[in-house]
Amino acid sequence: MVVFEKPHALADVPLHYCPGCTHGIIHRLVAEVIDELGIEGRTIGIAPVGCSVFAYNYFNCDMIEAAHGRAPAVATGVKRSDPDNNIVFTYQGDGDLAAIGTAETVHAAARGENITVIFVNNAIYGMTGGQMAPTTLPGQVTQTSPYGRDTSKVGFPVKVCEMLSNVDGAAYLERVAVNNVKNVKNAKKAIKKAFQNQLDGKGFSLIEVVSTCPTNWGLTPEKALEWLEENMLPYYPLGVYKDKFAEKEDK
Amino acid sequence: MAEKVLMKGNEALAEAAIMAGCRHYFGYPITPQTEIAAYMAKRMPLIGGTFLQAESEIAAINMVYGAAAAGKRAMTSSSSPGIALKSEGISYLAGSDLPALIINVQRGGPGLGGIQPSQSDYFQATKSAGHGDFHLIVLAPASVQEMVDLTFKGFDLADKYRMPAMLLSDGTMGQMMEPVTLDMGKVTEYDKSSWAACGTKCEREHNVVNSLFIQPDELEKYNFERFERYAQIEANEVMYDEYRMDDAEICIVAYGVAARVSQNAIDKARENGIKVGMIRPITLWPFPKAVLNAAADKVKAFISVELSMGQMIEDIELAIRCKKPVLLCNRTGGMIPTTNDVLSKIEEANNIGGDK
Repeated sequence: MVVFEKPHALADVPLHYCPGCTHGIIHRLVAEVIDELGIEGRTIGIAPVGCSVFAYNYFNCDMIEAAHGRAPAVATGVKRSDPDNNIVFTYQGDGDLAAIGTAETVHAAARGENITVIFVNNAIYGMTGGQMAPTTLPGQVTQTSPYGRDTSKVGFPVKVCEMLSNVDGAAYLERVAVNNVKNVKNAKKAIKKAFQNQLDGKGFSLIEVVSTCPTNWGLTPEKALEWLEENMLPYYPLGVYKDKFAEKEDK
Repeated sequence: MAEKVLMKGNEALAEAAIMAGCRHYFGYPITPQTEIAAYMAKRMPLIGGTFLQAESEIAAINMVYGAAAAGKRAMTSSSSPGIALKSEGISYLAGSDLPALIINVQRGGPGLGGIQPSQSDYFQATKSAGHGDFHLIVLAPASVQEMVDLTFKGFDLADKYRMPAMLLSDGTMGQMMEPVTLDMGKVTEYDKSSWAACGTKCEREHNVVNSLFIQPDELEKYNFERFERYAQIEANEVMYDEYRMDDAEICIVAYGVAARVSQNAIDKARENGIKVGMIRPITLWPFPKAVLNAAADKVKAFISVELSMGQMIEDIELAIRCKKPVLLCNRTGGMIPTTNDVLSKIEEANNIGGDK
């Protein structure tokens, strides 16, 4: 009897991610949701530039690699090419989504584009070796903030869910984490809802996953999880930031 | 015989795109091409197509990238500064072997430049439409009818060779009205199932649309393959038009609006007994090198007539291996050479050798 297996939507190949990186968990959650909703054959994923640039090798659905920050625009083109059939998700990091791709993110949300965005926030540029991200915490040391992020000179982190919660077109925004079993379960629930919303034609859904980067944080995987709990979660509180349709149902 | 209708260049082009099967247009407002977007905004919803005004030129070209990756005929249009913003996406289209049509209704530059007609994006279109090793098919219409015909042709070539094509027009072509026929024949359908990301239906391996190849030998291999395709295009797809070249001793080379001015100047010069003709490139890439090189053995001089500071002239000199002098007759910044400007340059060319 099989009690545990790889989701079908997740390709049977080795991932390139560093030991302790949470991308693997998030990939798996997305793939499980695709399996459970039975949508692999009509799903098209958009990979970003950043650590998850090779995501196109890791999912068994059709995949498109986008330019840095442009995934929501590419997703818009794909979605509009066959809106009744295509289920489209983007998978983006913080530099991709909240710095170079801010305009694409905000306007895809404003249009109420019927897509699902998986936003992995680990407060650092991983692929290029650990530079300051739009979500790097005040005081956090990175390669390009070697004395710690000085908010008097480089300003403050961008809180994506809070920002987008003011955008009328956004349907569903939730911030989750994958640092413990309970949070992983919640994250999966949120990701599933974000895909279900798309199936139901509800519009733009974004799930922000607060994540670690042990390599560029200079911490062991275990210490990185602790650092996330102590530093990331107070700044980026978990929870639902907007659920347009739940509000309507409540009323 | 199809009926002739009087249409503005930009609108005729937009209707031709629809007739070519394009149902996905993504744009952003910029003068002097906005009529294309306005036309698409009106027409697309009526025929089940997509018109979307993007938040930027960058987003627009990436929406084209998405629709093209999904296997659809898609286009965007802009003018010079906007095309510069699209260059990232154009390079990704080329690197991912995606067909799409990009319209550049050129205006004067550099910078914000002006809004009057120009041909100063010649280098950009033919040499460096984005980063990396690649070419665009570049088509240069010289009439409203050619705006129509080359839009149709552009989609077809893009699909046939799986690469982006550009219609390099200018403010004059976009804004002027001429009678046109919109009968362009049948649209050829291309099978995109082997590469398009439109859902596996769980019936095949997943398709990946991608331009990233971390292994240098692999990237080189793809670039070599792409350039083999480009060689085929250079061999098979060159288009040009000849005007009064039979006995010509001087050859004008001009495209777009510059060719129309030149044609008037040629007729006038002929009245004065000067044997001048014109080779008008219709494809700027591939450039009509062979016909120019052959002409270089017959004429004593060439004149490049351009609305730019001498850009196409370099391709003429290369094509003719500098066998004959090439004079430049140009205006820029939105100014257009007059018939008399071209005529005096023809006279100057005619005096080369000093015996006439």
